This record gives sequence, C-alpha cells and structure tokens, in this order.
Amino acid sequence: MPVRISNGVKTWQRYDRASVLKQWAGWLATTVVVLFCWQLIAGATRWEFVADAPQQLAQFLSRAFPPRWSYMNQLWRPLWDTVNIATLGTIIGVAVAFPTAFLAARNTTPHPIIRPLALLIIVVSRSVNSLIWALLLVALLGPGILAGVIAIGLRSIGFVGKLFYEAIEETSIEPVEAIRATGASGMQVLSYAILPQVLPSFAGVTVFRWDINIRESTVIGLVGAGGIGLNLDAAINALQWSRAGMIFISIFVIVLLSEWISARVRKAII
Amino acid sequence: MQICFARRWRHCCFDAKMHVYNQCTFVIAKKELDMLRIEQLTKRYPTGDLALNGVDLEVPERQVVALIGPSGAGKSTLIRCINRLVEPTEGRIWLKDLEITRLHASGLRRARRRIGMIFQEYALVERLTVMENVLSGRLGYVGFWQSWFRRYPQSDIDAAFNLLERVGLVDYVDKRADALSGGQRQRVGIARALLQNPDLLLVDEPTASLDPKTSRQIMRLITELAREHGLPVVINIHDVPLARMFAQRIVGLRSGVIVYDGPPEALVADTLTTIYGEEDWTDSQRADEPDEPVEQELHLPQQALTASG
Repeated sequence: MPVRISNGVKTWQRYDRASVLKQWAGWLATTVVVLFCWQLIAGATRWEFVADAPQQLAQFLSRAFPPRWSYMNQLWRPLWDTVNIATLGTIIGVAVAFPTAFLAARNTTPHPIIRPLALLIIVVSRSVNSLIWALLLVALLGPGILAGVIAIGLRSIGFVGKLFYEAIEETSIEPVEAIRATGASGMQVLSYAILPQVLPSFAGVTVFRWDINIRESTVIGLVGAGGIGLNLDAAINALQWSRAGMIFISIFVIVLLSEWISARVRKAII
Repeated sequence: MQICFARRWRHCCFDAKMHVYNQCTFVIAKKELDMLRIEQLTKRYPTGDLALNGVDLEVPERQVVALIGPSGAGKSTLIRCINRLVEPTEGRIWLKDLEITRLHASGLRRARRRIGMIFQEYALVERLTVMENVLSGRLGYVGFWQSWFRRYPQSDIDAAFNLLERVGLVDYVDKRADALSGGQRQRVGIARALLQNPDLLLVDEPTASLDPKTSRQIMRLITELAREHGLPVVINIHDVPLARMFAQRIVGLRSGVIVYDGPPEALVADTLTTIYGEEDWTDSQRADEPDEPVEQELHLPQQALTASG
C-alpha cells in the first residue's frame, strides 16, 4: 500500500516496502550473475589472440584492398541470383503465411483446434535460421538456387505469418460486426471488413521481409544454396582476399539499395 | 397520476391518453403479426454478467421505438441479440413469422439481410470508398467472387445512387470513408443499412459521437427514411430529449429488465428516476417540436417542464 498516514500526513510512494525490497534483490542477483559469467568468459579467453586483433585486421584489410575491380564482371550473375532468391523466397513465404495468419489469428480462426496447428507452423519456421534451413535443403535437394529459394521461403513463413496474424488480431471489431450484420458470408466478412484494415501492414511487413531476405540470401551460399555467398566461400577458401573484398563491397551496396527501396515503399504505403 | 410498471407494455396504465394509445396499438397488433417479437430474452455473458433478464417486447410495423436506459442496462445487448451479433442465452425472437433464434448459419445470414443496422461509431470500413461501403449492404445477396471483384448488379448500383442522393452524399461516391466527417460517415452507415432493403432497422447509439445539431439531423434522417420505407425502428439512445422528439414509443431498460414502456409524453420525472435512478429531472424535458428547423432550435435554452407525475 503506497499510501500511508503518519502523524496525520498522507504520504504516497509508487511502490510499497515489499516490492522495493524485491526489486533490489532482483538487481543484486542480476549483477552477481553478470559478474560471474564475465569471469568465466575471461578465464576461457586466450588474451594474446585478442591482443593482436588490430594487427590481424590491418593485415586482412591490406590483403583485401584494393579490391579486384575486374572481378566484378563475374559477380553480376551471382548478385542477380541473390536478388532472385530473396524475391522468390519472399513470395513463397508470403503465399503460405497469408492463409496461415488467418487460421492463427484469434478473431478469424475457423476452429480453436486449427489455431494451434497454424501457430505450430509459424513457430517451427521461425525457430530455425535460414542458414540451417539451407543446410538441410542442400542435403535434400542438392546445392543450388532452388534450395536457397525454399530455405528463404521457409524462414519467411514464420516471420511474416506472425506479424500478419498480429495485425489481424489488432483490427477493430466494429466494421466486422457491421459487415456480418448485412448477412455477409464468412469469406465476405474477411474480404470486406478485415482485409482492408490489414492490407497496409501486410504490404509493409512483406517489403520489410524482402529487405531482410536480401541480406540472408547473401549468406546462404556459404552452405551451397546459391547466390553470391558461393563466390564468397570460394574466394575465402582460396585465400583470394582481393576478390573477397570486391564481394563485400557488392553485398554492401545491394543491401543498402534494398533498404532504400523498402523504406521508400513502406513510406508510400503508410 | 398512478404509475404501475408491467412487463408487457400493453398492460401498462398511465392515464386516459395512454389508454387510447394502448387500445390503438392493440387493435393493430391483433390484426397482423408484429414485425418484431421478443419473448423472455435472457443474456448472460461468459463473465457471469446478466445483461438481459427475461425481456418481452413487440414492435409493430412502422413504429419507431427508442430504447433508453443507463449505461450497462443491456440496450446494446438487446439489439445485438436481435440479429444475433450477440448470441442470446435464452428466449425467442421472431421477425414476423421467422424465428431468428432457431436459425443456423445460412438461415441466419438470410435473416440478417432483412435487418439493417446502424452503429454508434459508424462502423464503416475506413479504407474503402463511400460506394463500396454502401454496396456492402448487398453482400448477403451477391456471391463471394462477385463481391470480391465489385461486380454488383446494376439494380444494386442504381439503388445505392438513389440512397446516396437521398442522404446528400452523391458527390462523395469515390471518397474514402476515412475522409468524411462524423455526420457524413453516419449517413453512409444509414445508406448501407437501407440498401439491404430491410424489414427492420436496428440503430445503436446513432448520435453518441456527434454534435447536437448533427445528432438531430441524423435522427431526423433515420426516422424520415424509416417512414418512407415503412420500416419499424429500434433505436438505442442515451439522449432522452432526442428520444422524446423522434420516437413514437419509449422503452426504458434498467439492469436487463424493461421498467417503462409507453409514449414519450408519459415519460415524466418519476419514470426517469425508475429508469436511471434518483436525480433532479426538472430541467430535462425539452420542447417536443420536431418540425422546427434545427438551426433555430439549437441555441434555445432547454425548456423547463415541471413534471406532472
């Protein structure tokens, strides 16, 4: 009870004594755990390696720069593959996430038994990283762009599905009631009352995911799933640092471009 | 004057005027089935709240009924039970000879087409245009793909244009609903409800979000259109003077029970106390002149009318 009367004066504090003590105890425990972990990490670190990190970095940079600009001629194709992997993966992800989100949203799910199933799809997809999906799919389908596209798609389902169904759950009930009251069917209620409300956030989420997928599809080549990552892997394995430098620069530019596009599109929608 | 509150409004006795009123409506009610009949309607929410407790109500053709009562009295629940946006716990509801409470999915959708509803916050789909919002009143009559591609029959589009003309929004057809003012939005809501070509109009707090002048214009529009289309109307309304002005019959609800049912004239201070609880009502009764132009009436002070009860 934050309000107390002492000597006829009413005082007010935000927390009572018990919760203040609890908060202190919480902070103390956190500090102890952090310090303990710090010590473990410090003990397990070879500090001489850390100490020469600046030299290593300088050496690495001196090998990577100047980048071999002529190598760019061979990079256009893998870059194009990378963009395609991201785009097709996003399309697959959104295509699956769209119906799944309606099954998963509390206010549109057709049956309470279906909802956990839809949520399971979303959680499974979300809990596995694109790189792991790619690793699995390269083993299943063999290396190449197809494995990359499907890996990106599978990872996108969860991300997009979760944000979609949260958007659906945040829609206001009034238009839904009004459309239902006209005698509209369930699908008509979805298309007239829910869809117009969620469309802007659906579009925003899709473009955002595409932007993330561009970044992820530059990496999945490392496990053989196509795109510019393949070249990066090859360059590093062959210790061709000037080529690797060129690849880093091209990845940097393409990621900047995708962020710029997604920001512009989202601004246009909202 | 002696006042007794009975459940069945035709058993109420107020005074001579009320008696005549009862006689007349009784004759009408005898002649044909009432458009809306509610029998022993009870609604208990999952939280345990008893919103309605054995409500009986009959609404004959062409009657405008105002449902008044304090917040939480069950007004909204009552009209939402009629088209089953809220599922009644017990009791029966008839629309003419159709028992709504017995219908399942597709039967209920067909029944809902015959019941137009107007909402407090307009309940328009904000990102759709005025025309799309109005045409959504026909959703019960067109197939999914037809509605998806907005291929409504020309007759529906004609009717929509006529209604938009009638509510004064024909120039706003392609505007998005969120670009309209409150009064304009409510007009769209009215057009949508009437495009259903309903047999009954349910109106939930149509003026609660509007200024006094717009409130009166909207109430006038609703009652005029109901008269033109020969519709009975059930209006939930907080504003007692507005209810008095536009309704032919007032039903007072308190804690889920009907505690008053009679003409607006018999709604005196004592009755208001029965409906809303103890309060000084002497200043609450405005002049009953619905035909006077709105602009002039707006700035008049509320006319005090000492209760005769």
